[in-house]
Amino acid sequence: MKNFNFLVSAYVAIWAIFCVYLISVARRMSSLQDDIRRLKENGK
Amino acid sequence: MAGASESRTSSEPAVSPLSIVVVFLLVAAASYGALIAAPEEATMGMIQRIFYFHVSSAWTGFVAFTMVFIGSIAYLRTRALKWDWLSVASAEVGVAFFTVVLVTGPIWAKPVWGIWWTWDARLTSSFLLWVLFVSYLILRTLVDEPERRAMVSAVFGIFAALDIPLVYFSIWWFRTQHPQPVMGDGGSLDPRMWRVLMLCWAAMLGVMTLLIRVRYRLEEMRAEVDALRMEQSRSAR
Repeated sequence: MKNFNFLVSAYVAIWAIFCVYLISVARRMSSLQDDIRRLKENGK
Repeated sequence: MAGASESRTSSEPAVSPLSIVVVFLLVAAASYGALIAAPEEATMGMIQRIFYFHVSSAWTGFVAFTMVFIGSIAYLRTRALKWDWLSVASAEVGVAFFTVVLVTGPIWAKPVWGIWWTWDARLTSSFLLWVLFVSYLILRTLVDEPERRAMVSAVFGIFAALDIPLVYFSIWWFRTQHPQPVMGDGGSLDPRMWRVLMLCWAAMLGVMTLLIRVRYRLEEMRAEVDALRMEQSRSAR
């Protein structure tokens, strides 16, 4: 089990990077969704 | 605005549930292959299992950055904003993949080389490629007007993509600490390891496709917001 910690760290890092990126995109999309909803309501 | 008329409604999903299931299964199979099914490498032992996602992330990053190059040329030729959206989506996703490469590389290097990092040709050119595309994304935040932003980004995107062959061929062109190629001349990978690597690459390409589609939708939504704002300011006059 030599270097097991390094292996686990690498795989955790890989999926952490993608999760952080996906959360960042989801937050930006949610903010834009709010903007679209607000602008459409103002336009009525 | 070219893009606003092309955008779908913001309520439509960017990716289908079926494509998410397919990519999830591919990633699960690739993880099983990399961590369990692939044979253990004789010299490095279990730490070599980082190789499967490290290398496939690098190749996928190259594909994403090549899409920036193609999107940038297509924008300069057609001036259609959809190409700019594809470029920025691919650049951001490519940066995410190269972040994986730059993080997993040192984690692999430390137990094998005894050091986290060395400024050799492959590592330096990879870091430079990442910096260039981070700069591309920062540059975009400095220009407000969409057409001008797309034009400046396209020129910079083409320039940044010129580093891709330098990174890829650096292990042939220069003496480097980095392992020699696993494909083409000099490649001598066990066929079972090769199959797992291909499976991991397929999984990473699937993840890349989903992320680019979602990120592209973000650009469509931005264009929708801009169009609505323009419409309201026109009707307020």
